[in-house]
Amino acid sequence: MSQLSVLVVVEHDNQTIKSSTYNSITAAREIIAQGGSLHVLVAGSQVAAVAQSAASILGVEKVITIDAEPLKNALAESMTSAVVAVAQGYSHIIFPATTFGKNIAPRVAATLGVSQISDIIQVVDAQTFVRPIYAGNALATVQNNGNQVVITVRSSAFSGTTATQSPVVIEPVSVTQLTQLSELTSQSLTQMSRAELSSAKVVISGGRGLSSGENFALLETIADKLGAAVGASRAAVDAGYVPNDYQVGQTGKIVAPDLYIAVGISGAIQHIAGMKESKVIVAINSDPEAPIFQVADYGIVGDLFEILPEFDKALA
Amino acid sequence: MKILVAVKRVIDHNVKVRVKADGSGVELANVKMAMNPFDEIAVEEAVRLKEAGKATEVVAVSIGEATAQDTLRSAMAIGADRAILIQKPAEIALEPLDIARLLQQVVSQEQPDLILLGKQAIDDDCNQTGQMLAALLGCAQATFASHIIVEGEKLQVTREIDGGLETLSMGLPAIVTTDLRLNEPRYATLPNIMKAKKKPLDIIDISTLNFSPLGQVKIVNVTEPKKRSGQCTMLNDAATLVTELQAKEVI
Repeated sequence: MSQLSVLVVVEHDNQTIKSSTYNSITAAREIIAQGGSLHVLVAGSQVAAVAQSAASILGVEKVITIDAEPLKNALAESMTSAVVAVAQGYSHIIFPATTFGKNIAPRVAATLGVSQISDIIQVVDAQTFVRPIYAGNALATVQNNGNQVVITVRSSAFSGTTATQSPVVIEPVSVTQLTQLSELTSQSLTQMSRAELSSAKVVISGGRGLSSGENFALLETIADKLGAAVGASRAAVDAGYVPNDYQVGQTGKIVAPDLYIAVGISGAIQHIAGMKESKVIVAINSDPEAPIFQVADYGIVGDLFEILPEFDKALA
Repeated sequence: MKILVAVKRVIDHNVKVRVKADGSGVELANVKMAMNPFDEIAVEEAVRLKEAGKATEVVAVSIGEATAQDTLRSAMAIGADRAILIQKPAEIALEPLDIARLLQQVVSQEQPDLILLGKQAIDDDCNQTGQMLAALLGCAQATFASHIIVEGEKLQVTREIDGGLETLSMGLPAIVTTDLRLNEPRYATLPNIMKAKKKPLDIIDISTLNFSPLGQVKIVNVTEPKKRSGQCTMLNDAATLVTELQAKEVI
């Protein structure tokens, strides 16, 4: 195979780079560990500031920008035309495995007529990767035999690079044909004053055991003291206690913090899939038989409404 | 409006999977199989659109071995009108792009206005097929849908994204992949299961199609994930927990 050249597609909101991009760049650097080039693509609307930040990330050799109004909301159809316009010649095209990357990457792969490898958690070598299957109950090692491949990177499995360098060249590319088949009519983003779930060092999650949305305040008080993000099980989201984007699990967010505290969560397979790579897991549950205790490092059996205030007090 | 729904037969989501000793995959023999949960949601949504008078026909399609007929019968028991199976032998391994290419052939036959798929299959966890099919067809896509409104020739889809929700508007034909909260699939009743046995199910042998698998990505091996210690230290109170966590330097 010819010289490796990797293109990382930057996730941003037209102002700042999302943390998932930094994890993807770490994976990209592992792919070219034996040599190769690393370029990043900033596609969006009025993205000069994003491009400048990208140019200073250690290891990036070139920033390509595609600046056009139709790319403002990162819709799959127009973003695909933008990525495909510059994709030729790259051996690997990399996206973060966020809703942004999962939405666009397969469309890019199919347009290029190449395969995609989803949600990699390890780079074995430039063409071999490990990815979880069956909700993380098995790990598949897969090998790419094509000349080009699209990859999405699980953020929690790669550290986010923070090192900087003196800025590299920013090369604007103009793309005239941007497919527009859909439009954004509205957006409602959850106001988060706390750390972002997928990158927080500490996560405290609540399940059906919390009994109501109001009771999540008990978790929030503790979260604020620990600088933690607040998560939830699918049961808590389905019961309407908290919004969908709080959900940790196979079908929600995958997290791997230093400390994960599961409160009133039984530990269904699909929830475990989203948090079992956490360094230390604490379970607080009234049921001593709850499966969550099988993955926890520390457990307290008891009424969470008594234990949480005690926990809060002990932190003071 | 005609709706095509793609469904996949997978290991039942409640089954704890076992990795084969030789590392070739997971044990599928004598394991309970079922329709992929996200696909059930897709079938349910299609049937609701028909019940609401928005759709005229719901066609379910699957690609797999002869056993996938069961999954298609389940889709018809929920309310799909008929089904198509592209049947393949077990030894032919297909990647999501292969599936998308095969579905593209079905789409060109059937000419549906709306194509519904689950957002991901709970076996390979790829989350690719819907987006790939949309690319091959050159049509609009709305992934991770939690709400769908059909207004004439327009579709309004609310999507679950990392920071919250967003709503897209698009013309038909379009591809929508379903997220968990789109709906609660109904249970098939016994009379409907009986009726489903009489509904038409076309079987197309993959060898009769102009198709060869891509074969770009090979599975080298499948292993068990690293087990956690399994040693849960039980504590009596929160104060001790705080001391332990401080000693571990995680808080």
